[in-house]
Parts: sequence; structure tokens; C-alpha cells
Amino acid sequence: MSIYDFMTMRHELILVCLVLLVLIIDLNLKKSQKHRIIPIAISLFFIHTVIGFLPAQTGELFGGMYKTTGLTILMKNILNVGVLIILFQSTTWLKKEENGEKISEFYILLLSTLVGMNFMISSGDFLMLYLGLELATIPMAALAAYTHHQSRSAEAGIKLILSSALSSGILLFGLSLIYGSTGSIYFDTVGALYSNAPMQVLAFIFFFTGMAFKISLVPFHLWTADVYEGSPVNVTSYFSVISKGASAFILIMVMYTVFHSIAYLWKDIVYLVAVLTMTIGNLFALRQKNMKRFLAFSSIAQAGFILLGIIGGNKIGMTATVYFVLVYIFSNLGAFGVISAISAKTGKESMDDYDGLYATNPKLTLLMMLSVFSLAGIPPVAGFFGKFFLFTSAASGGYYWLVFIAVLNATISLYYYLLVVKAMFINKNDTPIAFFKSDIMTRIGLFVCALGIFVIGFWSQVYEFIDKLTFAIIN
Amino acid sequence: MVDYTYTLLIPLIPFVFFILIGLSGHKMKPIVSGLIGTAGLGIAAILSYITAIRYFWTDHLAESGYKSIKAFEITWLHLTDKLTINIGALIDPISVMMLIVITTVSLMVHIYSLGYMKGERGYHRFFAFLSLFSFSMLGLVLATNIFQMYIFWELVGVSSFLLIGFYYEKPSAVAASKKAFIVTRFADLGFLIGILILSFNTGTFDFQLLTSPTGPAITMPGGAAFMGMSVLTWSMIFIFMGGAGKSAMFPLHIWLPDAMEGPTPVSALIHAATMVVAGVYLVARLFPVYALGAPDALTVVAWVGGISSLFAAIIACTQTDIKRVLAYSTMSQIGYMMLALGVSGYGGENGLGFMASNFHLFTHAMFKALLFLGAGAIIHAVHSNDMKDMGGLRKYLPITHATFLIACITIAGIPPLAGFWSKDEIMVAAWHHNKILFSIEYLVAGLTAFYMFRLYFSIFWGKATHYHHTPHEAPYVMTIPLMVLAFGAVFAGFLPFHALVTSDGMPFESHLDYSIAIPSVLIALLGIGLATAMYRKSNGLPDKLAGIWGISYKWAYHKFYMDEVYLFVTKKIIFGYISVPVAWFDRHIVDGFMNLIARTVQNTSNLIKNFQSGRLQQYGYVFVTGALALVLIFVYLWN
Repeated sequence: MSIYDFMTMRHELILVCLVLLVLIIDLNLKKSQKHRIIPIAISLFFIHTVIGFLPAQTGELFGGMYKTTGLTILMKNILNVGVLIILFQSTTWLKKEENGEKISEFYILLLSTLVGMNFMISSGDFLMLYLGLELATIPMAALAAYTHHQSRSAEAGIKLILSSALSSGILLFGLSLIYGSTGSIYFDTVGALYSNAPMQVLAFIFFFTGMAFKISLVPFHLWTADVYEGSPVNVTSYFSVISKGASAFILIMVMYTVFHSIAYLWKDIVYLVAVLTMTIGNLFALRQKNMKRFLAFSSIAQAGFILLGIIGGNKIGMTATVYFVLVYIFSNLGAFGVISAISAKTGKESMDDYDGLYATNPKLTLLMMLSVFSLAGIPPVAGFFGKFFLFTSAASGGYYWLVFIAVLNATISLYYYLLVVKAMFINKNDTPIAFFKSDIMTRIGLFVCALGIFVIGFWSQVYEFIDKLTFAIIN
Repeated sequence: MVDYTYTLLIPLIPFVFFILIGLSGHKMKPIVSGLIGTAGLGIAAILSYITAIRYFWTDHLAESGYKSIKAFEITWLHLTDKLTINIGALIDPISVMMLIVITTVSLMVHIYSLGYMKGERGYHRFFAFLSLFSFSMLGLVLATNIFQMYIFWELVGVSSFLLIGFYYEKPSAVAASKKAFIVTRFADLGFLIGILILSFNTGTFDFQLLTSPTGPAITMPGGAAFMGMSVLTWSMIFIFMGGAGKSAMFPLHIWLPDAMEGPTPVSALIHAATMVVAGVYLVARLFPVYALGAPDALTVVAWVGGISSLFAAIIACTQTDIKRVLAYSTMSQIGYMMLALGVSGYGGENGLGFMASNFHLFTHAMFKALLFLGAGAIIHAVHSNDMKDMGGLRKYLPITHATFLIACITIAGIPPLAGFWSKDEIMVAAWHHNKILFSIEYLVAGLTAFYMFRLYFSIFWGKATHYHHTPHEAPYVMTIPLMVLAFGAVFAGFLPFHALVTSDGMPFESHLDYSIAIPSVLIALLGIGLATAMYRKSNGLPDKLAGIWGISYKWAYHKFYMDEVYLFVTKKIIFGYISVPVAWFDRHIVDGFMNLIARTVQNTSNLIKNFQSGRLQQYGYVFVTGALALVLIFVYLWN
């Protein structure tokens, strides 16, 4: 194995270097200069994102523990773009006085979890997957507790770490059963040996619940609301978009490659969980007044839709899932971006505060409208195509009833997404949020989202490119 | 092949003007933004007329039957190897006809709004939305495939949501716009599922392929798939559900009366002439599939249309808000169109219903837009929607009065005005197909004449109302569109539709069937007479007519009895025992059912809130229980 082979791990290696670099630079900055890390970190990560798109070597490392394919590179790039947007959007908030000295911690922790997700995506065996999972989870608890002087934030951190400990425990139990029954932890070997023996089904369910926890599928979602609400807005958007997207990527790959022999069985499980997740997520979102909590619950419902792509079991299904996550990143970050811009300037997060926003901040309002229309799946914005392809996938798998329930839920979700639009455009308010301008980086972050919501919907090459890399369940 | 690529401009011009007005409208003088929008529609209208003249006459396409022509098409996405998503423009008799309807009515509404919306806040916003709506609607009718149609279908929904909610100071307008959007979206759920089922079984979205008699849809093997009906039938019923939602067919009509909260020109454009007939257009577009592949679905269309038209006509008799009367009347007339499609066969003279439906769509667009715009002029003059506040207006509003009367006569189906010709064709088609549906329509014809003249007399005759300030006629910018549309309402009936718009593109002979035409005129006259007797006389009759009444004491004497009988029959029996209960049913049961669903969702949402307690122990408990439940189900019970 030559040094050159390590280039297959380019994404992870650069990220690790980046984390260390930020750490070292920060140590050399004076207390009053700490905020200078912001442009440095963003430009470094920007370079990393660009490098990610350069042609890369594919292959295996460490005897198959680590794999790079065209698809994994694409997934990592999608996540990078999302993280870059979040970094842009978070600048206004990070510059606030209260964050003073610990700005660099935000970058270090956030990028560490991204390293974990990258390893998960590239994993070729369950050990690597588990390590990646833990790396992606533990710093996240610290992120949730980032504004630790607020008790809500601290509570979010502790809740996350405790719940994820439970879920990791169950997942690990599942993995040990898999190892015990097949004698291997490599995906290929396990996939070849897997059957519907009760213990193996049990093991699969435990594994599935662990992943369901990460994507916050019902009934493994309860931590979501408290953690999302307690964390700073930009951290919440990271949880609900990047972390969720990454976990969905991993879930679909593992389901399609490792557990293909019990596909008929896990499809039923996914069916059940999808119905529960869409419905309950929607019912909760319906009554939220806090914008963050509202988006958190609606993102649970969105995760339920992702399952429609997984259940299809065909090539369209995987393409649709990846495509949907891509669209979802732009739409949800658009919405979160607006919330974070407003929250950073005014500290207001309740839906009532958004009444009459159109009169004072028309651009933010339009982006918000675009984002929620995309989330609701109204044509012609990208979100519609995302949902449509998911429905197509499930329908082509013969799951008409599931599609019916999903479309019904999409209609329900339209109601609460419209509530936001209504608040901004229609509700009267004597004291609306005054006009303000965010700093240039935040505005770039917002603009990129608006662009993405349009371009991805209309530029069909995106879908076709993804379609070239994806695969159906192995038979 | 003749080149029609330029038709692409017809939707694109309003779109460009929408962007222009939307982005820089607030920097212009309000009237400038209005004029720009109107000019854009004017160009689109001219192009549409050129297209119609070329397609139907100068390009000599008639000899071999009117074929559908793809003016333009690009492939947007390869979904699977066979299935592609395209965007383009399809030119065929019905789309050309719709182009004329939409651009004409939209242009008239634009001109009218220049005067009507004067001084409103958000003048430019209104014109921007109007342009957006026109773009979406034109894109919808030009769609080459069902997927493109769906996209524009939803865009139409969005723009109508924005327009209905235009008076956002009024909470009722806001609620109405939301209701309209959600109810039609609910219906679109069926549409989307129908599209998915249809496209996956046929491998195409393309209208030309789908409607080809040798295409994959019609030749699809039948057989009972679910509850005794084939896959194709089910998908066509689902697709019709979308159409029924947009076209306000029972029981998905509940949004239409409420949508009257929007500005009146919007009602004229969206809720009379264009958006609400999208459902009819959808069925007409896929008509060969319905007629040849899924006759059961077509029967559903016929009955939904018939029931809706009767139901709405009955309710229209009880309403006092003039716009609501018109709303129910629209629903009733669209029911006619659906019914006509439902009773139609395919090809040649069998396709009479198809032709009649499109014919009626065309004439209805003219006279109903006229009625709404006239209602707008009246509301403009007296500042009220309620007919109780009106009366004797004919002296103050001569032009509105004359045009409104023309519209009432034409909707009542009195020859030789347009409404008579199209309605007569529908009657003939229904007669040959199903006698029960025919009788329903016969009854509805009488009811229509009755409630329209009830409306007419209550507004323009009736008691002398004292107005706070003398009502005055609207400015010319508002009355000229009325006159133009009145012209259409009088003469549109002479268009040779049976030679132009037919189910298979081949012209056929059509002639007046007196055995059907005469009775239907008679029942219309009966309705008018009844309305005249009930609503006209409370105000002093015009001297001349009063003289005629006065000549025969005896007749007047008997009329007195007749009046009593009329009053007893209508007020007590029809109103008391039929109309009022039906209206109550509509408001409380149909509407209430929808509210019940909403409330159930809210309550369930409340109920499960307790799960989200904030206590971590409980979260862990639910987590483990959930995992164990999955184990129990899938390891022990399922496997």
C-alpha cells in the first residue's frame, strides 16, 4: 500500500487536517481576535469542498474496511455543500459577543462529526460504521450544548448524549449478534450469509433502530424536539439536515447491499415505520408555534418520505433518495437560514413574531416562502420533484397504499407550511420585525439556498448524474 | 407540417411580464404596471387568435381531420429507459379553443381591473398575480403530457391562492384562500396517484400516445384489478378526482362559494371562465382514454356532473349574496359540461357530447365572465354583495343592466343567444344516452332560468331602495369589457363547433332537434315567468306593462290565485323542504365533514402531545418499547 493509495481517503484526510489547522490557528490568536477564525475556517472548508469535486480515485483500503466509489464521493460532496451553507449562515450568530472565545470550537466539533459521517458513508464493515457513528454523535452533544450558559442548550446536550448512548447500545448489541451468527463483520460476507433466521432478524431490527434513531424515525424520535429546540439554530439545522441526510445515505446503502436477502422482511418494517413517521411527525408539526420546533417536527415527517425511496428497492429508489436529500438540504437550510438570520439579529423564534414580515423584510420572506413551498412539494420548485421521484419509486415497487398515505400526509403538511406563509404575508402586525441586513456571508448562504431550490428542480442533469451512480437491491 | 413554434410565446409573454411587474412594479406608477400587464395579455390574445385562424381555417387542416400538432417539445428528464418527462406545447382543437377563451377573458378582466382596482393598495401586485395566473393557465392547456399539466395545474392553484387572498385585511378572504388551496390540493392527491398508476402501466406521460386508440393506455389489458374495476379505470377515476376538485364538483365544491371573497375580477377570471373549467379540460384532453378504455370512469364523470348541476342549481335559488348565486351557478353549469362528456361516445356523431361540452365551455366562459364583471360593476356602485341592499338599479346603471340582462337570457337558454345552442347540444347528447340524466338536466334548465332572473329582478327591478349616495355607472374602462363579452354571449353560439372541435378531429353534421329544443325553451320560460311574478312586481311595474296587466281584471284576479299557488309551491315546498335543507346539508354536512376531519387531526395531535413530555426516561422507555414491538411483530408474528 503506497502513500498514493491514501488519496482514496481524500475527503476524510483533508477534513482531519482542517480540524487540526483550525485548532492550531485558534491557539495562536489573541483573545480579542478570536473572530478572525471565521473567514479562515470558511475559506479552508470552501477549498475542501472544491477539492471534493475534483476527479478522485476509487477503491478499497484496509482490506475492505474502507471503500470509495463514485456514489460515496457524490454523497460526501452533497454533505460538504450543505455544511458550507451552514458555515456561511452561522457567521452572524457566531460573531455575537457571547460566543467570544469559543468560535473555533464550533468549527472543530462540527467538522469532527462530518469526518465521522464520511467514514460511515465509506465503511465496508460494521466496525468502521460503528466508529464513524460514534464520531458523528459524541461531538454533536457538545455542539448541542454550545451555548451552555443557557440551561436549555445544556439540557439538549445531555439529552442527546444519554439517548444516543442508549441507541448505540442497542445497535451494538445488534452488531454483536450479526457477528455471532455469521462470523464476520464485513458487509460482503455478512450479506452473502444473511437469512431470515430469528436471531438474524432480531439483529437486523436492533441495527435498524440505531439508524432510525439517527434519522429520527418514529418511535425513535422523541429526543429530536427537545434537542432541536435547545440547540442554537445553526446547530439545529446541522442536525436536521446534514446528520439526517448522511444517516439516510448510509441506511439505504446498507439495506440494499448487506440486508438484501431479507429485503421482503425489512420492506414491511420500513412500511410500518414510514407510515408512523410521516403521520406522527405531521401531527406534531401541526401545533408548533416555535419556528425551530416546527421545522424539527416537519423534518421528522420529511424523513418518513425518504423511506419511500428506500422501500422501492429499485434504482429509481436510490436515485430518488439521494436526489431528495440534496433538495432537502437546500430547502430546509433556506428555511433554517432565515430563522437563524432573524434569531441572530432579534432573538425572536416564535411564529407570531413572523407576522407581517413581508412588509419589512421582503427578501427573507420570499426565500422562506420558496423554502416551505419546496418542503411542501409544490411544483415547480425542486421539492416537488424530490417528492415526486420518491412516490414514483414506491409506486413502481407496487406500494400504492403507501403512496396514497404519503400524498395524504403531504397534503396535511401543506397546511402547516402555509401557516408560515400566511403569517408572513397576511397576518397583521403592528410591530413587525424591523428591517435589517445580515452580514455578507450569511446573505451568500441564503442566496445559495434560493439558487439551489430553483436550479436543482429545473436542471435535469442533476438527477441523471445521480442516476448513473446508483444501484438497485442486489439479487 | 405547419410551424406553430411561436405558440410558445403565448404563455411566456405573461410570464415575462409577471417577472417584470413583480420585481419592479413598486417603482412604477400603479397605472403603468396595470397597462403593462394588460398589454402583455393583449399580445398573447392576438397570437392566440392568429393561431386559431391558422389552425382552423387558413392552414387547411380540416380535410383530413384536425390532428394534434406538437408545436414544440424538449425532453427534460429520462426517468426510466422508456419514461421521459417532456415540456412542450400541444396544438389541437381543444387547446386552441382554450387559448381563445383564456386570453379573451383574461384580457377583458385586465382592462376591467384597470378601473375596478383603482386606488387599491397593491395594485401592481394584483396585476403581477394576474399575469402569473394567465401564464400558468396557458401553460396548462398547452401541456404535451400529463406531467407538465400537473405542474401547471399546481401553479394555477398557487396563483389562485394568492389572488383569492388578495384582500388580506379581510380574515374571511384569508380563510377562503387557504380553504381553496387545501381542498383542491386534496383533490390533486387523487390526480397525482392517478398519474403514477397510469404512467407506470403505460410507460408514458405523453398525451398523443395516451389518447391514441392504438396506444398503450387504451389497448391495456383490462380485467378486474381492485373492486371489480381495471387498473385503467381506477387511474382514470383518480385523475378525474383532481379535475373534480378544480372544477368544484360535488362533494369537492366547498371551496368555490367561499372563494368569492376574492376581488370580483378574479372571480370572473378564475372562478367562471378558466381555472374551474380546467377539470373539464382535463377530462376532454384524456377523452379517448375515458371513452374507449374506461367507460366505467366516464359513467362516474356523468353522474358527478349531473348531481353537481342539480345540487348547485337548487342551492343557487336560496342565496342572497349575488356572487354566491353566481358561484353556485358556475358549479351547476360545469356540471352540465362534465355530464356532456360523461354521456359522450367517441368518433363522429357519437362524439356529440364531447363537442357540446366544449361548446358550452366556450359560451359559458363568455356569459359567466360577463355576469361576474357585471356583478363587480354593481358591487362597485352600491358597495354591497347582498341583493337585499339592491333594487331598481336599472335606472342608474344602464349599460350594466343591458349586458347583465343579455347574460341572464343567454344562460337561461333562450334562442338565439349563445347559451341556447350549446345547452341544446348537451340536452340532445343526454337524451340519447340516459333518460334520467336528461330529466335532471331538464329540471336544472328550469331552475337556472328561475334563479338567474330572480337575481336579475332583485338587482335591477324590485323594491326601490334608498341609497346613501346615488349609484353611478362604472367608467368606460369597466363597461367596454362588458360590452365585448356581451357581444360574445350573443354571437358565440353561431360558431360551427361541430365542424371544429370534435372528439376525433373529424367534422360531423349537427342540426337542431326541435323535439328537445322546444320543451327546454319552454321550461326556461316557465322559470323566467315564475321569477318575474315573484320578484319583479313589488316595485311599481313600468307604466306600459302595468297598462297591459290592467286591461284584464280577470286575468289579474286569477293571477292573484296563481301567485298564492306559486308562493305556496315555491316558498313553502321548494324552498322550505328542498332548497333550504339542501343548502343546510351543504353547509353543515359536506362542509362539516371536512371540518370534522380537520378537527380530528387537531385532536389526535393534542392527544399524542403527551408523548413529548421532556422526560428522558420516558423517551428511553418508548425507544425500547418500539424496538421490542418491532421484534415481536417481525420475529414472532410475521416471519
